[in-house]
Amino acid sequence: MKPRRRQNVASYVALIPAFVIVVCAYLGTMLWTVQISFTDSKLLPSMNFIGIRQYERLFTTSRWIISLENMVIFGIGLILVCLVLGFLMAAALDQKIRFENTFRTIFLYPYAMSFIVTGLAWQWILNPTLGVQQYVRNLGWTDFRFDWIIQNDRAIYVVIIAGVWQASGLVMALMLAGLRGIDQELWKAARVDGIPAWRVYLNIIVPMLRPTIITSVVLLSLAVVRVYDLVIALTGGGPGISSEVPAKFILDYLFGRSNIGLATAASSVLLVIVLVIITPWLYYEYFRPERAKGGK
Amino acid sequence: MLQATPTPATAAAMSGPSGPRPRSVTAGRVGLYAFLFFAALFFLLPMYVMIVTSLKTMGEIRMGNIFSLPSEMTIEPWIQAWNSACTGLNCSGIKVGFWNSVRILIPSVILSIFVGSLTGYALSLWRVRGANLLFAVLLLGAFLPYQVFIYPLVRIYSTVGIYGTMTGIVVTHIIFGLPLMTLLFRNYYASLPIELFKAARVDGGGFFQIFFRLMLPMSTPIVIVACILQVTGIWNDFLFGVIFAGRDNLPMTVQLNNIVNSTQGEKLYNVNMAATILTALVPLVVYFISGRWFVRGIAAGAVKG
Repeated sequence: MKPRRRQNVASYVALIPAFVIVVCAYLGTMLWTVQISFTDSKLLPSMNFIGIRQYERLFTTSRWIISLENMVIFGIGLILVCLVLGFLMAAALDQKIRFENTFRTIFLYPYAMSFIVTGLAWQWILNPTLGVQQYVRNLGWTDFRFDWIIQNDRAIYVVIIAGVWQASGLVMALMLAGLRGIDQELWKAARVDGIPAWRVYLNIIVPMLRPTIITSVVLLSLAVVRVYDLVIALTGGGPGISSEVPAKFILDYLFGRSNIGLATAASSVLLVIVLVIITPWLYYEYFRPERAKGGK
Repeated sequence: MLQATPTPATAAAMSGPSGPRPRSVTAGRVGLYAFLFFAALFFLLPMYVMIVTSLKTMGEIRMGNIFSLPSEMTIEPWIQAWNSACTGLNCSGIKVGFWNSVRILIPSVILSIFVGSLTGYALSLWRVRGANLLFAVLLLGAFLPYQVFIYPLVRIYSTVGIYGTMTGIVVTHIIFGLPLMTLLFRNYYASLPIELFKAARVDGGGFFQIFFRLMLPMSTPIVIVACILQVTGIWNDFLFGVIFAGRDNLPMTVQLNNIVNSTQGEKLYNVNMAATILTALVPLVVYFISGRWFVRGIAAGAVKG
């Protein structure tokens, strides 16, 4: 009994860094942020509690409302397009085609690059005076317009385009792994029964890929809530404030505008949104009783 | 993004295609290749545009043919991007950011992998009270928006005296790399045959002895996956760099954005594109060299815990 005990001490010692990080850097900071959001802190945190007044102000701030709306538009657009495109690419790659590796490498490489690089590349391509628009005009179609990046009501769609370019390869990789996990026999059975391939995909394969789809949606949703660098590099939140997103709102108010109370209230709202998305999934994915019993 | 260890699903991904068997050249087949071709075009075009732009003179760029090949090729923009591109009044090129990123990258990758592997090892093979709770909170930390942590962290760092320093940014990368690293190693160690561990225990191996002598030497595959994820992740980081690194240590992504989106002076698109490609180079090299390992890193884990 004795040596076992001593060694258990060693395992606790090894967990000290993780423990400190979890307690101080995650839980402590989170609670602190929530606490500040109930005070009237401006440049420095104060202990003067004012209830939910920061939240009331937050939701009457048009910039925050625009940020939230943009997040929803960006989220729906990014997730839908990535899922459809990612699935189509994966299904196409799964047809015993030539140059499969080359195609896969091409589809996935943007995912290796940062959002900053992605944003700057697309900013240049969509440059209204020298980019695609001008190119098409030079070809002779002189009233061609594709200047979404400088249009108030279109700028956020440009962010979707760049986001899809960066992230749909990830969905493709996940879906392809899912497709390769499907039993070959299924195709033989479908062939024997004379079921057309598209129906097999729609009615059998897609439902079977449910876990992969859920994972993709969760990963993309997280990217959506976090989206910051992409907007910074691509539009800078502009024109005006038309492509602002919550993450950028928070950082601007924390550091640029020194309104900590409002910024932490906004962070707390984001926190709640993420918890609502993530908790059921985390439980399902890691702590389901069967999973634990079946070994890790 | 969250990823984890190789699973059967990934192993299967390495084997051949599983879709319906093609018969002969049909309209459907042609459509299939057409789709793949146009998809590939969509992904390649931005890179192509970046490369050709970076090789043109500004005079040529102003004519507005972004898709055309450079008529007189010049590598001057690349030299300028590396050596003398300006951020504000400071004109010493993107190389400053490159070396800052390297100096951030090396300790961050090594330390985050070390702490992650140690935590994963303790959580997977040893009986620790509260292990599940610790792991749950850790995982949750991987998903929460960083904005929740940032302000208090800034305060803590200021108090300790590491705000805006190299130590500050490295610590930040360790903190936020820990969930993913722990997950990777925990799952990897849990997948090893438990007899191995038991035998080492019977032979009287202690906690750290087994870790350093047995487990770490057996971890090469997962260390490679971890390295790929951390190198690309840390290199591509912008948020932490801009907040925690301090003015003298700004990583390459931050410096790149400052160069390109600076409002002063004429925009040198060719220099900007050269700087952009230079910034993307490290993760791209990692991607092309690691090949299937990269896919394994992502597919892997995102699929299952």
